[in-house]
Amino acid sequence: MIKDFFTLSLNNLRRRKLRSWLTMIGIFIGIAAVVSLLSLGQGLQNYINEQFEVLGGNKIFVESKTIGPPGTATSKSLILTSKDLSVIENTKGVDNAAGLLMKSGIVKFKDEAQIVFTLGMDEDYLSLFDKLGNFEVIEGRDLTDEDKFKAVVGNNHAYSDIWDNPVQLRDTIEIEGQEFKVIGIRGKIGNPFDDNSLTITKETLKELLQIEDEESQIVIKVDRDADPENVAEDLKRKLRKSRNEKEGQETFRVSTSEQILTTFNNIFAVVQGVLVGIAAISLLVGGIGIMNTMYTSVLERTKEIGTMKAIGAKNSHILSIFLIESGLLGLVGGAIGVIIGISLAKGAEYIAGIYLGSPLLQASMNPFIMLGALTFSFIIGTISGVLPAIQASRLKPVDALRYE
Amino acid sequence: MKKTKPITNTQEIIKLQNVSRHYKWGDEIIKAVDDVSISINKGDFVAIVGPSGSGKSTVMNLVGALDLATEGDIFLDSINIEHLHESELAQIRGKKIGFIFQTFNLIPTLTALENVMLPMIFQNITLKKRKERAKELLEKVGLGYRLDHLPNELSGGERQRVAIARALANNPDVILADEPTGNLDSRRGNEIVDMFINLNKEGKTIIIVTHDQDIAKRASKIFKLKDGRIEK
Repeated sequence: MIKDFFTLSLNNLRRRKLRSWLTMIGIFIGIAAVVSLLSLGQGLQNYINEQFEVLGGNKIFVESKTIGPPGTATSKSLILTSKDLSVIENTKGVDNAAGLLMKSGIVKFKDEAQIVFTLGMDEDYLSLFDKLGNFEVIEGRDLTDEDKFKAVVGNNHAYSDIWDNPVQLRDTIEIEGQEFKVIGIRGKIGNPFDDNSLTITKETLKELLQIEDEESQIVIKVDRDADPENVAEDLKRKLRKSRNEKEGQETFRVSTSEQILTTFNNIFAVVQGVLVGIAAISLLVGGIGIMNTMYTSVLERTKEIGTMKAIGAKNSHILSIFLIESGLLGLVGGAIGVIIGISLAKGAEYIAGIYLGSPLLQASMNPFIMLGALTFSFIIGTISGVLPAIQASRLKPVDALRYE
Repeated sequence: MKKTKPITNTQEIIKLQNVSRHYKWGDEIIKAVDDVSISINKGDFVAIVGPSGSGKSTVMNLVGALDLATEGDIFLDSINIEHLHESELAQIRGKKIGFIFQTFNLIPTLTALENVMLPMIFQNITLKKRKERAKELLEKVGLGYRLDHLPNELSGGERQRVAIARALANNPDVILADEPTGNLDSRRGNEIVDMFINLNKEGKTIIIVTHDQDIAKRASKIFKLKDGRIEK
């Protein structure tokens, strides 16, 4: 019987094609917005989680407490030094630790000049990320500590539009007035900060900028059987002591990769929640649209309802027919919305790929999002139809038949 | 379903016992039907006549279980419908009564065939059986060649014939027609009346509400209504 009611309902929607479409627009705009935001958000989150996985879950980062990127602290009392590094190295649970120096400077190539972040790394630092592949050199080779005046460039120098003429192996670039030979090009990492940067040896960078003792960021690899959280607490305590700082007033920040990920995910969840919430408002409006259409439909078809009752339709039959009809409005609207939403997300992914040159925005094709959106739109449709359907089903046959 | 007061005459299919139907119109009470008693036997061809406003449509609604009486009892096949719930009334209407309306009241989105199949959906009859029966009925009313036409593609006479086929769908004992020829020219009207006569010969009880004297003359029993009462 339900199958027959579906046919009846579908027939009625087809009869009022224009109105059915207009009603469904309300739903599919909402669903499209929700689906595209969710799938882009999910994609972004997946990407970030992947990045953290590459980084490794057993890392701890120590940086100066500045708002800018690491390396922007200038005050002597703020910066981290080799003394801090040795304190860290002597902490229980630390397998290995190395510092990274990070400075922006003027870089010239051919006739152009750019301000570029230059990373000073040494073999120790690179070994921390060994086998993780995130500093992979795809052309040429990586730096060793003996490679004075040699540089490895981020992927965008060679394969994006930082320079009019892309940098190639064996080209010469000038960093802060000093010429460097390019011996390697890194693979694409995905975030513009790393892909736009240059790497030279730490000692060379120190000499070049006349830095005596500074570490922009210290990366710690935790022993296999130690808990990163506990090690981080120990580190904090020891660093406070050696730097002579009180608890709560530290000038440094210690974070585990896990914490960074959690913080990020939390912020992300809030942002996404707000966006999806706004999109959901349009769904509410869409639902009211369905309700309005159904009420109009009940009025228009009052006589028809009377006839159906006269030929044997029970109240529950009429109720079902109208509920299926409104549910179908929601479901079909939702299905179109899902298709449009995914197209939008894919479009955004494509455009972001062109303009950002990074796979940061990726539409996730999560079947749960799609199924969830379809279910949700069907429920919205049905709920919006409840009141009109009850009204229709309760009409007295004699009154309904007399209605003009 | 509760049976009350068994009717002694087994041939009696419809009985109205001191039935009144009053409406409230502001402070005023309108007595659309006032203390009417009618008895209709199986196989009767009954005409209910009277000027407009005489209450004949109200009687028809009461007989067809579309409306409930304010006072009195209505028996349909020995069942007192005054005590039934709406869904039970719907079942009774669907099974025992075939309705035919002046304005045909076909569902505009459904084809002739689907319109005839509709009452059978509500009785849970399988699709295959519904289709067979609907085809058979449409052929019987001479519309075997218009199965897939929508109501607006049919003439008035054809629409009323579809409506007759629909009324017969669940093989009811009683056919209840409210001014069935009111919207038709006399030739088409006569065809429809002939159809009723044939149905009556097949054993159906026919009740026609009309103000057309020519139709009334062909009935075996006539009830004249005036101001909500039966005129003797």
